[in-house]
Parts: sequence; structure tokens; C-alpha cells
Amino acid sequence: MELKIGAIIEEPGNSLKNRKAGWRSFRPKWDKEKCTQCMMCWQFCPENAIHQVNNKRIETDFDFCKGCGICENVCKFKAIKMVKEEQ
Amino acid sequence: MKKIEECSKAIAEAVKLCNVKVIPIYPITPQTHIPEEISKFVNDGEFNSELIYTESEHSMLSAAIGASASGVRTFTATSSQGLAYTFENLFIASGLRLPIVMAVANRTLSAPINIWGDHQDSISVRDCGWLQFYAESSQEAFDTTIQAYKIAEQINLPVMVCVDGFNLSHVYEPVDILEQKQVNSFLPEFKPKFKLDTNKPITIGPVAYPNTFMQFKKQQQDAMLDSIKIIKNVNIEFKNKFKRSYGDGLIETYNLKGKKKAIIAMGSICGTIRELSNKLKNFGLIKIRCFRPFPKQELINVCKNLNELIVIDKNISIGNGGALAIEVKNALFDKKINVRSYIAGLGGKDITINDLEKALKNKEGWML
Repeated sequence: MELKIGAIIEEPGNSLKNRKAGWRSFRPKWDKEKCTQCMMCWQFCPENAIHQVNNKRIETDFDFCKGCGICENVCKFKAIKMVKEEQ
Repeated sequence: MKKIEECSKAIAEAVKLCNVKVIPIYPITPQTHIPEEISKFVNDGEFNSELIYTESEHSMLSAAIGASASGVRTFTATSSQGLAYTFENLFIASGLRLPIVMAVANRTLSAPINIWGDHQDSISVRDCGWLQFYAESSQEAFDTTIQAYKIAEQINLPVMVCVDGFNLSHVYEPVDILEQKQVNSFLPEFKPKFKLDTNKPITIGPVAYPNTFMQFKKQQQDAMLDSIKIIKNVNIEFKNKFKRSYGDGLIETYNLKGKKKAIIAMGSICGTIRELSNKLKNFGLIKIRCFRPFPKQELINVCKNLNELIVIDKNISIGNGGALAIEVKNALFDKKINVRSYIAGLGGKDITINDLEKALKNKEGWML
């Protein structure tokens, strides 16, 4: 990677290439059975790591999930549970 | 045109001639006359520039960083506690590689509270990645301010132009103020290497992880060392155009030819040393004009035939000694030169010819 002076980044949107999920210590475990597809987690995820296919959420994108736990917090149906990364 | 001008006003004139576009300011003694004169120019309609009156020095340099990042020529000025207050921003300006020029009217730091001049403020921030020039006269302060933009914009590093508080900042003496046409022929329009622009977005100031941080610091160090050549070239170009030069741009000598002994110092005290040198005729002067980057090789070259060097420091790195003496000893560590260090002029104490004569005779110590 070429390092520009002053650490400037000239190319917008390069976070799609630079995956920065390495610091995650908890990961959201998603229970498909309990999920009602209300899309609260999809709305609140600050990293856009939860995507929809045909109006239904799919498994969290672990290349971008930082493990913040906001999805667990907003889930009204206890369908998301944060578990230790090594489990 | 030669005018009798206060040094602070000469700096303000230089800023005007450099067509600086944004000037965030906050007053502090003894820097106050610089923003005062600039404000006068702007409010009298003589100078088309945007002044930002900030609420502190921290905001002042933050505003300068923002302005410079948007790609315009930026100036600011401060002293002492103000420089200390904006300490963290100094590293940000240099780390972001912004060619800001800042005048520092040197004053000591509290406590005990004292508003008079020594080099403690700018010396205390010598490691922040800014170039540092110490001017001896109003003329040099004027010329250096103009040269500073030319240097800063080539290497993308910020520059401090330091003038001794009161001893120089408030001194009236003849200054040759250049014409706008002359300055335009020397200093081209500022073309930033990068800038914030909504049509072509970039990110400035992202996080750098341990795997890249050191490389950015090395880029800064390399740029700083490369600037030695640029400073010399700018000094030569200035000399060719305006018939004035300051040694090789980094280091200047006076009456040194054939001498075994020299006094080495920075800033306005060099004037007194020149006078004593003319009187005694047994020693020369080495003036460090540029403290950062430190002209190591240039110093070794001018010290070739010397066996005794007296360093006058208007600062103290408490626990070791004068900052200039530390640098000089470092540069000359394997040379057979007896380097003696003197701490003088702290908190505005006058350094007289008599003091200097004693320093030439005695071992080392303090001019109390």
C-alpha cells in the first residue's frame, strides 16, 4: 500500500477493501427461529454489517462486524446474543 | 523601500505581501503587535484576508490547520503560554503535513510568571516536527517570513519564525520592505499538494495503526532532512533577487576566519556578540539561524579550525543543560573542540557585553 504524506486517503470508500473486524472480542449469535425479521438490528447496526436479501436479513457480515452488541441490545425478541469470539 | 519599522509590523507587512488568505489569531504578550498590525491592514482594506478571532491559542491553531487543509496560505502567531496551550496541535499540523507559518515572539514560561523574552517556549516544542528559524534582526524576521512560505510549501511542513520577545519584537529599526511585485517574483501562488475539496473528496487525519505509524514519522523526518537543501536554495535565490542572505540559510558566521575561538548563539543576542567580536578581535560568531532541522554537517564544517566554542543558551532543559549546547556537543562529539555552555538571559535578563566578556574567560555556568 502506498502511504501518502500526511496519511491522506485520496480514494473514497476503501473501507470495503480494508477489513477491520480484527478487534472483535464478542460476536452476535443470531437465532433464526426466534427472529421475526423486524429489521431493528439492520437499522441500528453502525457498521452496516447486517444485510438483507429479498427483504430478509441474512447472517451478519463478520468481515465488518466490530462486535459492539447494539444488535443484541435493540432486539426485542432475544434472537441475538453476544458470545465470546473463541466460542 | 527602507522604513523605520517595528519588527512585529515588519512581520505583518511580510504576511500581507505573501497574500496569506486565512489568519486565525489570539493575542498574547509579546506577540500582540503582530496580529494587531495585521488586523489594521485588513480592516483598513489594504489586505484582503480572512481574520478569525478565536477564543484561545488551541482554537487558533486548530482553525489554522483547518484553513491550511482546505488549501489556502495560512499564518498565525503566538508566544509562551499560548504556544504551550496549543502544544498538541503543533504535532497535528506537522503530522498532517500542512505548510502553516507561525511567528513566535519568544517569551519564557511561567512559573514564576514572567512576560519577558527567552527561547524557552519554542525550544520546549523543538520535537514537534516544525522547522524553526531564529531571527537576529527585524530585516531577518521580515525576510524569513517570506522565505518560510517558500520552504514550507515545497516540503509540506510547518515553519516557526522565532523573534526574541521585546528585544526584537518591539524594536524599531530600518527595514527594507519589498514591493509586492518583488515578492510575487520570488514566491509563487500557493498550489497545495492536496486539499479538502467537496468535488474531489479525500480523508485527512485517519487513524494509523502500529504497522504504518512509524512510516509516517519517517516520512516527516526525511522531509525535514531534505529541507536543508531547500533552505539553502531559497537563501541563494533570495540573495540573487534581493541582495540579502543569511549565511548558507541555516548557519551564519562572522569574523570567524583565522580564529580558534567562537561564540555560538541564536537570535537577537548575536548582534551584541558581533559588536564584542569587533572590539576584541580574538573570537568569531557562529549564528544558528535554523535550529530545526539542526545543521549538523554545516556546523562541523564551520568549526573545522576551532578549538574552543562557547554556547550561549537563552533556555534551559532542566536536568541537563542548554538545548543548543546539547545539540552542539552531539554534532561535535568526536571533534577535538572544547565546548563550554552558558545559560543566559532567562526571563528577559539582559545579556551585556560585560557578561559575554566574562563568558569568554570563565569555564561554564550561568550569567546570573
